[in-house]
Amino acid sequence: MTIIDNHVGAASHAQGNGSAFVVSVGQWITSTDHKKIGRLFIGASLLSAVLVAVLGVLFGLERVSPAHMQIFHGDATPQLFSLYQFGLVFAVLAPLFVGIAIAVVPLQIGSRTIAFPRVAQFGFWAWLFGSLMVDISLIGNGGPGGGATDLVDLYLLGVALAAVGILAASLSIATSILTSRSSGLTLDQLSAFSWSALTGSIATLLSLPVMIGTIVYVYVDHTNAKLLFGGNKGISTYLGWSLSQPMTFVFVVMALGVLAEVAPVTAKIKQPMRPVVLTGIALISTAVLGAATQSAHLIDWAGTNGDKVKSILLHSIFNGVPLLGVLIVVLTSLLCLKMGTPRVTGAFVLAFLGAIMILVGVAGNMIYTVKATSLEGTVFSEGIVLYLVYGGLLSALAALTHWAPALWGRVINDTKVIGLALIGLLGTVLAAFPLYIAGFSKQPADTVVGFDYKGPMALWNILSTLGHGLFIITVIGFVALLVDAIRQGTPVSQEVPA
Amino acid sequence: MTIALPAAPAPAPRRQIVVATALASASAFMIIMGMVAMWLKFRAGAPTRSSSDGLKVIKDWMPAGITIPEVAANVMLITFPVGALMAQWAVYSAKRDDAPHRSLALAISFVIGLAIVNAQIAVYSQMNIGLADGKFQTMFYSITGTMLLLVVGAMAFSLVAFFRSVGGRDNDQDVVNAHAFYWYFLTAAFAVVWFVVYVQK
Repeated sequence: MTIIDNHVGAASHAQGNGSAFVVSVGQWITSTDHKKIGRLFIGASLLSAVLVAVLGVLFGLERVSPAHMQIFHGDATPQLFSLYQFGLVFAVLAPLFVGIAIAVVPLQIGSRTIAFPRVAQFGFWAWLFGSLMVDISLIGNGGPGGGATDLVDLYLLGVALAAVGILAASLSIATSILTSRSSGLTLDQLSAFSWSALTGSIATLLSLPVMIGTIVYVYVDHTNAKLLFGGNKGISTYLGWSLSQPMTFVFVVMALGVLAEVAPVTAKIKQPMRPVVLTGIALISTAVLGAATQSAHLIDWAGTNGDKVKSILLHSIFNGVPLLGVLIVVLTSLLCLKMGTPRVTGAFVLAFLGAIMILVGVAGNMIYTVKATSLEGTVFSEGIVLYLVYGGLLSALAALTHWAPALWGRVINDTKVIGLALIGLLGTVLAAFPLYIAGFSKQPADTVVGFDYKGPMALWNILSTLGHGLFIITVIGFVALLVDAIRQGTPVSQEVPA
Repeated sequence: MTIALPAAPAPAPRRQIVVATALASASAFMIIMGMVAMWLKFRAGAPTRSSSDGLKVIKDWMPAGITIPEVAANVMLITFPVGALMAQWAVYSAKRDDAPHRSLALAISFVIGLAIVNAQIAVYSQMNIGLADGKFQTMFYSITGTMLLLVVGAMAFSLVAFFRSVGGRDNDQDVVNAHAFYWYFLTAAFAVVWFVVYVQK
């Protein structure tokens, strides 16, 4: 028999001298509890999501009438765009799913904790401080194109530190799944989300280090010779790939895992064609090939027939295979609904809509990489990133709704979640789709001024701004629902629903 | 005071340190491979000129006047497998519960790491080039410096494993295996760096 002493005296003493809050904060900061580390990642990422969307609103407003509306100082625009791009990918999309995986995966594999919890904890703090360093540097005229040399260096160090944080957390997740499964649970029996966490983490572990290697070169060059990488102006040229496709595909793998997990639960059946679903998730992870080689293969209809075949083949492997993976997961989730007796749940609606948005983003990338469309350098690419990030966010909210009973012991109100899901869908479509159209009108990327094309330019940018605004409402509304559920919701058993 | 039933036994993690080291090594390998790829890209983009007799095309990547000390570089190439061999000796000894030899092998692998650092410093001092002197120099220091950091990581690993061994951790088979794995990874990574940076230049 084990006797556990709750140290009642110590606790009351702490409360008595008013330091209970400090003790609680200290426990959160130093905790190795996987649920707490996961919640720290999730909380910080959701906060970042709101801030990044606010930035999106401001950019959209300025783009409505570039000649007349001046919100940002002209010189500050490149820095703020860098902050926006970094925020979307490294402050929202990647850490959000890492946090969910850290919180949920140990519960799914029957492990008491995540492997190397201090490494996961280090991952959170490294990511957080790295992100803060990036913010500080960009605010102080650092970053790509920045004039303050020291702050440009700080930007590079910040990006590297944030990447190291994501890597450390991914290492913990992958090691947990590979080594700490309960006895008898083989890899092919893993739940769809844990499988996506494994493939996504390994893809991250193989692709992000390439970015760190590039940062080493750029940093050493920038602090010394400034000969090779174009100084502050060249940072985007050499690191820009890490904030765009196919790198972003690596970070949405777990979003599709959420749909594959939630669909059978919603349909109340066992996952049909399970090996196909797991293969679909793995196919999305093949985006690591393009990410690690820093290449986005274009279909170029020039040259000999051999050149054309080569171009189509590479395009299909690097862009088509991830699209096929997303399609497989979406179609099998629909198959679940057809075969089972589905009940519409907030988690499923969010996960399904999120996956559809991701599908539109990945399909958009297929069009973007056809050279004849001449979309390179236009806001079309920003539209793709928005589809992926906002779609990913919807999936993350689905995961939080689905696992709220396991993480907080409370159920979130389904009806309200469905309402928010629809607002989120509208927000994503409005934020991203007008940029697809504006891309075909050759509105340049990464700028808010210097363009004036024929057509309803103001309309597209007004709609996009409105979309960002709706997405802010979605995220804030969801957080409010979650807090309300934690404070006043009905307690449920501690069992994981899947 | 709360009286609770004993907790269910947690499933024992299977070879957690070895798996984590393998994943970390794969990540570190990708850092080096990414840097090598950039090196090759810049090297390929370097201007070319004809030799004075007009028979050869010379690529102006490594500036004239710089000499790579091949002896030190080759000694490093040979030293890495020796470090891996010592790490494997530690694994062999650990399997046989031979604590003295295990500790000795780990200590030697640390010293070998030190020797590699020494050889790298010798390369730097013999080349006598500045970090900001040019494109080649900047990239040379970046890639070899990153490799040097990974070697320092191996030394730290050796030292930790050594102290655990001396401290009587006789069930440390996983740590010793992971240590050997890291040394094998280093050997493979340096072989690539040696060929691209020191031989092909």
